[in-house]
Amino acid sequence: MTVRPLKTADPALAAPAPPVRRQRGPLWLGWRRFLANRAAVAGGAVLSVILAMAILAPLITPAGPNAQAFLADALAFPSAAHWFGVDDLGRDFFTRIVYGARVSLTIGFAAAAFSVLIGIPLGAAAGYFGGSIDWVIMRLIEIFSVIPPLLAAMLLGALVGGGFWMIVFIAALFGWVQVCLLVRAQIKAFKEKEFVRAAQALGAGPVYIIFRHLIPNSVSPIIVGFVLAIPLAMMLEASLSFLGVGVPPPTPSWGQMINTGMNFMYFYWHLAVFPTVALAVTVLATSLFGDGLRDALDPTMGGR
Amino acid sequence: MSAPAAAPALELRGIAKTYMLREGGTLRRRHRPLQAVRPTDLVLERNGILGLVGESGSGKTTTGMMALRLVNPSGGRILLEGDDITDLGVTALKPYRRRMQVVFQDSYSALDPMFTLQQIVAEPLVIHGIGDARSRAARALEWLERVGLHRSYGSRYPHELSGGQRQRVAIARALILEPAVLVADEPTSALDVSVKAQIINLLQDLQADMDLSILFISHDLSVVRSLCDRVAVMFNGRIVEEAEAETIFTGARHPYTRALLDAIPVLDPRRRRTRIFRDRDAIEAEGLTLAAGALSEPAEPSDEPALVAVAPRHRVEAVVTP
Repeated sequence: MTVRPLKTADPALAAPAPPVRRQRGPLWLGWRRFLANRAAVAGGAVLSVILAMAILAPLITPAGPNAQAFLADALAFPSAAHWFGVDDLGRDFFTRIVYGARVSLTIGFAAAAFSVLIGIPLGAAAGYFGGSIDWVIMRLIEIFSVIPPLLAAMLLGALVGGGFWMIVFIAALFGWVQVCLLVRAQIKAFKEKEFVRAAQALGAGPVYIIFRHLIPNSVSPIIVGFVLAIPLAMMLEASLSFLGVGVPPPTPSWGQMINTGMNFMYFYWHLAVFPTVALAVTVLATSLFGDGLRDALDPTMGGR
Repeated sequence: MSAPAAAPALELRGIAKTYMLREGGTLRRRHRPLQAVRPTDLVLERNGILGLVGESGSGKTTTGMMALRLVNPSGGRILLEGDDITDLGVTALKPYRRRMQVVFQDSYSALDPMFTLQQIVAEPLVIHGIGDARSRAARALEWLERVGLHRSYGSRYPHELSGGQRQRVAIARALILEPAVLVADEPTSALDVSVKAQIINLLQDLQADMDLSILFISHDLSVVRSLCDRVAVMFNGRIVEEAEAETIFTGARHPYTRALLDAIPVLDPRRRRTRIFRDRDAIEAEGLTLAAGALSEPAEPSDEPALVAVAPRHRVEAVVTP
């Protein structure tokens, strides 16, 4: 097709645009808003430090997590040699805490990933098709909202025995609800937009519209749902392990360590304090990071 | 298409839309029908621009959406270049979708915020599987230039553009498949006056270039006068008058058309005239009564108002008396 310049062209537009201008997508704007939120940036920084420690655990710890290498120093208080002291079975406590981060974070991320995997298709179907599909999914969500997750998890955990994947499964079972609601709301809002009608007028089917238009426009709630599902899963794991139906010993888990530490609390404070602080700091950092992301990616915050 | 060349670009025969309104609670639910569009005939001639005017809620947008099969009609037929597309399923309809396209009023929500302009304009090619990625990109950039945007805009996002620029992108997307029919649903009513004129000129140029037929839905009579060949006036879900554009503006017969024309502000204070603003019910009650002898084509006398021809190519709704 030949291109014929039109006499109606806007003269300001026909002139070459300013050279090499950074193209700024909607996500870039969100990122800039995120950087302006100090608490969220701090949370993200702490979270990355914890992540780095968990990944590099073998390089920064003196012994394996289950090695009873320091039996002679059992229950020793923190010192230069043992930063967080030694536990009752002669294991370096800093090592245990760092490896505990591995368990906690893996469960958090795995459960969040499964929550997203369940939540996106259900939320997209409920939001796009509405009607009876929406009705069924909403009733399902209501069922999951009225069951206290911890009680259900204890029951399930006691029935099938704890274990890593069991906890991931239980956390995802209760984590998808939030993601589903966020995705559903976003898709409900966007499916009435005229670019969706324009795509329909072009002959696009629902699968194309959902995957090409609606889910990309829902990245913000999906990211937020993912990050906010992580601390919930971590807390659930810690609670179950604390109650003895979670990750079985000797796998290091913060909840388990808090339980053991309680027995020694009045004489050897470090055994209870360090795992509690580790859990609290990680959950807080993740929540702050997630809240910051939510605020930054919320389309109602302006800057469009 | 296989249709005879004489068939109009778009023809609506007795098209109607009735919405069922739900009232009351769960136990005493009642359904009340709301006639958004009463059975309506409308013909968009090839290479013509037909203006569909009327107040908000008169059913003009619903009519446009039914013509595009975006809203399913409750009755009547839709003929695109002579082919009946009323009952076609999604798959059978897809080839016809290439022949008719739409430009919406709100250019902001008409463009996906996550797409670059090049992706937006190339989307019709993707949906219809035309060309490969490179040729699609090249054609999209050509079309950006054709609607008056520099190629370098291809990598930008909709939020970086002004309303007029976004509407240009929406027009490029609608026309890249070179359709026969364009439904323009108030494309200029969200724009300011100078930009509005640019978009109107652009549509006029493209229409002449591409042998395009446009159904132009608007409530802005000055735009309609400068752009359209024919005008149909809608009121309470039905057409009350249809004629060549100049006839509507100089020799309108129906009281509602006159009231619409009366509502156009006059800039020159010395030419200011007394204007009467009447409400819907008053106009509905007033109606128009014509003697059978005053018609250009014979019609049966009736107590019910019907569309009758008062001159060649000029139809008006009236009660015909013997």
